[in-house]
Amino acid sequence: MPLYHNEDQAMLADTARGFIAEEGNIAKQLRHWRDRNCKDGFGHALWKQMAEMGFTGMLVDEADGGLGMGHVEAGIVLEEIGRNLTPSPFLTSSVLAATALKHGSADLKGRYLPGLIAGDSVFAVAIDETAKHRPSRITTRAEKSGNGFKLSGAKSFVIQGASADMIVVAARTSGSDEDADGITLFAVPKDAAGMSHDSVRLVDSSMATHTRFDGVELDGDAVIGEIDGGRAVLDAMLMAGRVGAAAEGVGVARGAMDMTVDYLKQRKQFGRLIGEFQALQHRASHLYSEVEIARAVTIKAQQLLDGGSAHADLMASVAKAKVAKTARLAVQEGVQMHGGIGMTDEYDIGLYMKRDRALAEFLGDATFHANRVAELSGY
Amino acid sequence: MADLAQFRDETRSWLEANCPPEMREPVRGEDDIYWGGRRATFKNDAQKAWLEACIAKGYTVPMWPKAYGGAGLSAAEAKVLREEMGRINARPPLSSFGIWMLGPALLHFGTEGQKQRFLNEIARGEIRWCQGYSEPGSGSDLVSLQTFGEDKGDHWVVNGQKIWTSYADHADWIFCLVRTDKENKYGGITFMLFDMASEGVTTKPIKLISGSSPFCETFFDNVAVPKSYGDDVPAYVGTINRGWDVAKYLLGHEREMISGADGGERQAAIGAMMKRHAAKLGDELDPVLRAELANFDVDALAYAAMGEKFLDEIKVGKAHPAQPNMMKYAGTELNKRRHELMMAVGGSRSLEWESDATESGKPAKNWLRTKANSIEGGTSEVMLNVIAKRILDLPGA
Ligand SMILES: Cc1cc2nc3c(=O)[nH]c(=O)nc-3n(C[C@H](O)[C@H](O)[C@H](O)COP(=O)(O)OP(=O)(O)OC[C@H]3O[C@@H](n4cnc5c(N)ncnc54)[C@H](O)[C@@H]3O)c2cc1C
Ligand SMILES: Cc1cc2nc3c(=O)[nH]c(=O)nc-3n(C[C@H](O)[C@H](O)[C@H](O)COP(=O)(O)OP(=O)(O)OC[C@H]3O[C@@H](n4cnc5c(N)ncnc54)[C@H](O)[C@@H]3O)c2cc1C
Repeated sequence: MPLYHNEDQAMLADTARGFIAEEGNIAKQLRHWRDRNCKDGFGHALWKQMAEMGFTGMLVDEADGGLGMGHVEAGIVLEEIGRNLTPSPFLTSSVLAATALKHGSADLKGRYLPGLIAGDSVFAVAIDETAKHRPSRITTRAEKSGNGFKLSGAKSFVIQGASADMIVVAARTSGSDEDADGITLFAVPKDAAGMSHDSVRLVDSSMATHTRFDGVELDGDAVIGEIDGGRAVLDAMLMAGRVGAAAEGVGVARGAMDMTVDYLKQRKQFGRLIGEFQALQHRASHLYSEVEIARAVTIKAQQLLDGGSAHADLMASVAKAKVAKTARLAVQEGVQMHGGIGMTDEYDIGLYMKRDRALAEFLGDATFHANRVAELSGY
Repeated sequence: MADLAQFRDETRSWLEANCPPEMREPVRGEDDIYWGGRRATFKNDAQKAWLEACIAKGYTVPMWPKAYGGAGLSAAEAKVLREEMGRINARPPLSSFGIWMLGPALLHFGTEGQKQRFLNEIARGEIRWCQGYSEPGSGSDLVSLQTFGEDKGDHWVVNGQKIWTSYADHADWIFCLVRTDKENKYGGITFMLFDMASEGVTTKPIKLISGSSPFCETFFDNVAVPKSYGDDVPAYVGTINRGWDVAKYLLGHEREMISGADGGERQAAIGAMMKRHAAKLGDELDPVLRAELANFDVDALAYAAMGEKFLDEIKVGKAHPAQPNMMKYAGTELNKRRHELMMAVGGSRSLEWESDATESGKPAKNWLRTKANSIEGGTSEVMLNVIAKRILDLPGA
């Protein structure tokens, strides 16, 4: 398969680019909700529009009412979300939770997927328990209780946790904290008694929660996949999420780069456009080169994931790490080359810097994934 | 797709039957590469058998038309062949500047007569070409070149000096940039083809920091170059005085080649191999070195994907025409980093210049050789200039 978009995908990219630039742009969404101190951190009307565009159920199988598309397609939407810094539950709902629900019972699918596809529901995922992404260690426990389970523990960095209609929670049903086995995934509904959220606004204006589970009673049918066999579902969900986050990061990098290159063509100092200075030209060219490479490996990871390749996991980490490094470079160069105005809230370039920071941290940062590449490669 | 799957099966069995085991070993040094030419000798029978099998099949130049010695493969088929050769580590049967540089230029600008003659010679490895671009005063600023061809009606008399001419002392013919109009900087260069055995051509090898002498100073002292080698075979490519267009087109292919976009060991991750190497030396990777290797592997594997994407796109005209400059920049800088890390893992063993354990200093020599990657074919700084100008459209670039 050639490593570029086929005709259908190129058409989707055109549509997504136009739509998100128009409806999801920084003024209409990010700044709008931020300046109103919105408790959800995103606009529900846009989520509904994204459903009308067919985006929300892209990864849902056709048999379940979705479009049955792949990660290349989801990545196309995510890249535009990244480019416009659009606050949206797409990554957590339509990629992560949707991937988990693929492994769910018919009953769970019937309960949650129609709301997702219609843009009426928002989902979150609760994996991390510390300030860094360490999915190998899960201490939140679900004890057998009657026909169901009792969930106790705490999760952090739950993006959109407070506004989510359902949270996919990774909990331990057997074994000790570091065991690979003994994990079970649960679909925890919004109104579950004993679940409480401590909401925090993050540096990029997105909303996350520290979520506590104090003996939350769950029916047996809240289980996604197999009891004690949740690691495989969790891994699949993480892989999809990481590839998705990489695609969004590519959008952030490209957005910051384009804005900066434009600025180099407008700003004059020393009687010249600053884009004439070779010191800046070379840095811009280097950045271009890195961004192209980051985008290529992201598409590669998407294709491998869609093809069910055994290399997908490795390439997902390569993509996540490469994009994290590249987007970091893009936003740093972006702010620096804007000079003083790059430091102002009025200019958008600083918003890219904030978004990059949060996105890179989500599901593992550059060093986490570089380390993972080493481990998967056998050193 | 079904056709491609069938092509893959056929290719796999053809390779199984025709690629000798010795040709599936990594290239360990210059003498493992077969460059062809009048004076070429084979290192062993396997090298010869592999070349002959590939020539018969058109696989020395798989995408060239059959009439010119190729196999006429489509982009998708060529990719399958590349993947299948990569899978068994098959060495390229033939390497040459003819394949990488002159061939593509002739396919684009050549006359039918030139294609029939020169492309077939290249595909069969009969004539080895060298590249006469750089001059002592004209490196990055190539267009300022001074080697002059005086028009004598049916021939030119060429005088001047080239430098850094790779393998000039082994080459049979040269493709050479010669000024034919002193008044016109860009529009006064002719892209000439002539025999290195011509009277008045001399070469003088230059020793590199790696100890070998792969390139030369090349002198032209009243060299008579006929304007034609026969019916429809002019001695110049394109139009007289319009050689700069050909030169630039060729540079795109040269940069693509140096970038290592087409895979192979230049793109592979090295961490696991380095761990084994350290173990062989009775050592283990220290944590910071391991971390550097991990970061390198991320970049290397990402670049491998870029190489695949670039080749897929360039074959169907989707790549930005200046993209080979980006590939060359990124690929060569990466390769330098790779060898820095390999030297670090090897420690004092990798410093040995003359020892059996290092096959006479291969690690150090290969490491030093990579430093030329970001100079030859246009420097990294020049690549960044070109990206700024042609891709980012920055002012005054
Ligand atoms: C937090 C903060 C506090 C400040 N406080 C004060 C203050 O109290 N008083 C005051 O007077 N000023 C203050 N400044 C202004 C500061 O001195 C300027 O921002 C700085 O000199 C850069 O100028 P500029 O913002 O116009 O950027 P520009 O000069 O427009 O530069 C934009 C980009 O172009 C690059 N560039 C410009 N010229 C060249 C060149 N020749 N070669 C290569 N690159 C070039 C720059 O390095 C930069 O990356 C402050 C700025 C900040 C951010
Ligand atoms: C191993 C090897 C093999 C080669 N083989 C061949 C061959 O077969 N045939 C052939 O014709 N040539 C060959 N070359 C020559 C090669 O193409 C030149 O070395 C190259 O183009 C650079 O020219 P130069 O060496 O004169 O360096 P210069 O152009 O003098 O450059 C010196 C430094 O200045 C920098 N610089 C120059 N101009 C600019 C600018 N505008 N902006 C910023 N920085 C700049 C360069 O990047 C470099 O760092 C070979 C070179 C090597 C090392």
